[in-house]
Amino acid sequence: MRYFAVRNLKEMLRDRLTLFFGLVFPLIILVLLYILNLNIPTAAGMTLFELENLAPGIAVFGLSFIALFGGMLIARDRSEAFLTRLYSSPLRPSDFLAAYTLPLLPLALGQSLVCLAAALVLGMDASASGIIMCLASLLPSAVLFVGIGLLCGSCMTDKQVGGICGALLTNLSAWLSGTWFSLDLFGKTAKRIIYYLPFANAVDAARSALNGGSDWKKLLIVAIYAASVFVLAVFAFSRQMKKG
Amino acid sequence: MNAIEIKDLTKIFDGRRAVDGLSLSIAEGELLALLGVNGAGKSTTIKMLSGVLRPDGGDAYIMGASVVSELQKVKPHINVSPQETAVAPNLSVFENLRLISGIYGADRDASSAATDGMISELGMESVARQRAGTLSGGWQRRLSIAMALITKPQVLFLDEPTLGLDVLARRELWNEIEKLKGKMTVVLTTHYLEEAEALSDRVAVMSAGRLAAVGTADALKKQTGKANFEDAFIQLAEGGGTI
Repeated sequence: MRYFAVRNLKEMLRDRLTLFFGLVFPLIILVLLYILNLNIPTAAGMTLFELENLAPGIAVFGLSFIALFGGMLIARDRSEAFLTRLYSSPLRPSDFLAAYTLPLLPLALGQSLVCLAAALVLGMDASASGIIMCLASLLPSAVLFVGIGLLCGSCMTDKQVGGICGALLTNLSAWLSGTWFSLDLFGKTAKRIIYYLPFANAVDAARSALNGGSDWKKLLIVAIYAASVFVLAVFAFSRQMKKG
Repeated sequence: MNAIEIKDLTKIFDGRRAVDGLSLSIAEGELLALLGVNGAGKSTTIKMLSGVLRPDGGDAYIMGASVVSELQKVKPHINVSPQETAVAPNLSVFENLRLISGIYGADRDASSAATDGMISELGMESVARQRAGTLSGGWQRRLSIAMALITKPQVLFLDEPTLGLDVLARRELWNEIEKLKGKMTVVLTTHYLEEAEALSDRVAVMSAGRLAAVGTADALKKQTGKANFEDAFIQLAEGGGTI
């Protein structure tokens, strides 16, 4: 399993598009919104783009690309019959799931760490324990997006994964997270519905952890989504494995 | 002992019998070419024999172990070069080979030694450090076969190994496949009849999921009363035939 997991990590890290969208793009957004915030008068009372609020939101947004990387890798391995080759090897079903999941989790946490470190360089006010707690609170979100990647990669072609995870999911996680604009602008009903989804809960929990607090209820919602999606992903992968 | 014993093997997709009661024995060290038109059931048969698909009926025994009930015992003895090249595009030739060797349980040193040996054996030194995704079709096919050979399988499945290659690259691969004869049991599917005739000890023709005929190329010509192998194949593939 270790050999296959290392291969998966290498495949992703050697893809320049992966590196750009996974690391560089969220940082570009962070810097742009930071600059934008510098030009917003204090009197406007706009705190959304302050680094303490912005960085956790960008970290969650960046994690949505993990679903894209994982999904694309699995879908390509299926379409190019690489998985067919490996299905006849001594690897067991659990080895496949572990080998796809394990490299994505450190990649996700590494990506979040880079985002928070960049925010610190830009002047974010956060303690070391706040950073650690924030990273810990991002773990359920990382599992969620890894699960979405596994699920999509198991059921879709690489083009479909590109559309669903690359366009739809990244937009959903941006629009419905409360990172770019206040969710109050959607109105009460829409805001309530949005909070039934994981994105805004993930950002709120990460913001709270960064500032020394804890929002267990919101973290639990994300964790429930993560566990559910992961179970679905395991089911979908096992099903397509049986189909050969 | 036969390397492969297939008994009444059946696979059904959406009510259609893709492989229908296939029974066949393949001796150790034999190179058997599995022929048939598109949809005849060749690739489905290979997938069942290699543990990728679970049979809906019947069984097959590879080196004495059942693909239905003892699949994990079967797997270390076999390897496959699928119809598609099936290589890891962002890994080098060396890394692709070491990956497969490692997955089959070789430790780091044994894996590196086996990889070096395979690169030398298949004359891949010039591309060893090149990423697989940047190789030409011919080199990718050669790598695909090397990935199947590196574990020294007792039974090797080659699913259309020369598909899409130009005539020179195809001939080069023929030479490599020829060298395997007698060293391991090889089941080869192909659409190129001259390939089957030139390389195989015996030919099995499948038609509509069933075994239409099996024998040497000469025996099949004699059986059908045709002067050349292509005509014999067409008659067997169209007519279904009996054995």
